Amino acid sequence: MSNDSIAKTLLVAIGLSLVCSVIVSVSAVGLKPRQEANAEAARRAEILRSAGLLEADTDVDAVFRDRVEARVLDLDSGQIVADMDPDALDGAATSTMLLPEEDIAGIVRRPRYVSVYLVRDGDDVDKVVLPVHGYGLWSTMYGFLALGADGNTVEGLSFYQHGETPGLGGEIENPRWLAGWQGKKVYGDGEDVRLGVIKGQVDPESPQSEWQVDGLSGATLTSNGVTNMIHYWLGDGAFGPFLARLRNGESLS
Amino acid sequence: MEAALSLFIKSIFVENLALSFFLGMCTFLAVSKKVDTALGLGAAVVVVQAITVPVNNLIYLYLLKDGALAWAGLPETDLSFLGLITYIGVIAAMVQILEMSLDRFFPALYNALGIFLPLITVNCAILGGSLFMVERNYNFGESVVFGLGSGVGWALAIVALAGIREKLKYSDVPEGLQGLGITFITVGLISMAFMAFSGIQL
Amino acid sequence: MSKNRDVFLEPIVDNNPITLQVLGVCSALAVTTKLGPALIMSLALTAVVAASNVSVSLIRNHMPGPIRIIIQMTIIASLVIVVDQLLKAYAYDISKQLSVFVGLIITNCIVLGRAEAFASNNPVWPSFLDGLGHGLGYSVVLIVVAVMRELFGSGTLLGYPILPTVTDGGWYVPNGLMLLAPSAFFIIGLLIWAVRAWKPAQVEKDQYRIHVVHRTEAV
Repeated sequence: MSNDSIAKTLLVAIGLSLVCSVIVSVSAVGLKPRQEANAEAARRAEILRSAGLLEADTDVDAVFRDRVEARVLDLDSGQIVADMDPDALDGAATSTMLLPEEDIAGIVRRPRYVSVYLVRDGDDVDKVVLPVHGYGLWSTMYGFLALGADGNTVEGLSFYQHGETPGLGGEIENPRWLAGWQGKKVYGDGEDVRLGVIKGQVDPESPQSEWQVDGLSGATLTSNGVTNMIHYWLGDGAFGPFLARLRNGESLS
Repeated sequence: MEAALSLFIKSIFVENLALSFFLGMCTFLAVSKKVDTALGLGAAVVVVQAITVPVNNLIYLYLLKDGALAWAGLPETDLSFLGLITYIGVIAAMVQILEMSLDRFFPALYNALGIFLPLITVNCAILGGSLFMVERNYNFGESVVFGLGSGVGWALAIVALAGIREKLKYSDVPEGLQGLGITFITVGLISMAFMAFSGIQL
Repeated sequence: MSKNRDVFLEPIVDNNPITLQVLGVCSALAVTTKLGPALIMSLALTAVVAASNVSVSLIRNHMPGPIRIIIQMTIIASLVIVVDQLLKAYAYDISKQLSVFVGLIITNCIVLGRAEAFASNNPVWPSFLDGLGHGLGYSVVLIVVAVMRELFGSGTLLGYPILPTVTDGGWYVPNGLMLLAPSAFFIIGLLIWAVRAWKPAQVEKDQYRIHVVHRTEAV
């Protein structure tokens, strides 16, 4: 049979498609559980990192199970919703478009429900880990911000996905820079968010230093992006009401 | 509207597929000796990109994405692993259809662009455009804008390079650097110039 | 046997797919800011070229002419999906850094080029060696570029500090340009120059010879 005859062409095409589809499907389906486990493990490690609980030899799963509790937060009311499952949360489905003047972090849409993580020490919640994201220089930066139970002290920040210039804006991943966030305060006397990245180094003598973080040299726009992200997410439009309740000492549930 | 314009400008200048993401380099370097041919190839890329990115967007949103088959009663199905093979299939099919319809209805245009069309199937800028669309979660409107903008950006880059190379052939380049070597360095300089656009937001 | 050896060794220096044939440079540049992702990318591409060459060579006697290219594309795309899934399962961090560039191996001209030019009319074993050779030729360039960019751009190699940087209390001020897109073009340009200075046979002919007119000639 000639290779170019219609029958042979069809035969080869169908045979090849069958073989390829079997190989592709087997590999995709067979490896899927492992991939999902990887993604989940990476997310957990990142949450622990932001809360300062990740050491080189930490057993991520065990620590996460013992100390971290995922809950769903309703951003509109600032209340934790008891009867929603954080694992089944689809943020995109409940999200709304932001008006341009509200959207200082450049995120376009804001979900109504988000997963937050309560870190327990014994029976008391001593940290809350909040997911944050905002636009940097090139693209959206995603990270977790850990705050103390007072709703005002920064316990840590970490980024797990961003497209900033390596070596310049990409330094937002640098542990030395991230360590500078620890212990900073978010709010001033009123309800306004004062925490932000400044240009240049923080002067420790200045009365403002409590709310200031060192700028990233050569990355002013990334630094501004981080500041805008913090201002948006900790402001009234997002976690503000929830954190106000924490600061007033209300119970979390 | 403002957001669309911003995305359009960004995909042309700031996130130029050729100069910041190195996509479509093989054809970018090989077909940039003359401005006319570069224009022809550039136009073909704009057309194909503007069609394939939105088409792939629809396929992704309604067939492949996790849970996208809910309308067919299969909310648990996740076919996103088939993405790569589907996109390249769509691109190859689109190029073929475009080639045939140009040949049939616009012979003059076919004569000008025809020889470039087969090259486009294996141009990573086209597949890259679709993959970025998926990675960045564009909706249909955004994918139309992004497809058009990224195509225009690529065309702009290749025409600029061809313009420079036309002049460059009269210059006295050191022997080992002749041809490919100096072209790479030129592209590096253009890419540096384009970095001036970074961070622009409308 | 020596013919097979040539098939394997030739593409690594004498006929390198990147520096001489300008094939497959796209991904070669975008993933080279760090050595780790570049190594994984090299491995992935080498595996895909070798495997696609073997598969195409296996069915070369049954290949229907008119749909030849699309069959090769299907084989390559399937292999790339498998590699992509494997990376996501066993090298999650690196696969995140490589993002779309693993998928772009499909349109890497080296893979389709070798399937079409070599594997479709050669037996399995030489095709495998040819694929391996071209994959390694690509890897050599990728690794050289990545070593230079990571070493001078961040002062590290595979994440280990080699040149202690100022921010970590050392003496080296990292060259930020090395981490940005343009440096990859410069490095490849200079690399081509170096290879051609070593192997003058690869030098391209001038399109126009600059002709110095001596005064006596002009008169």
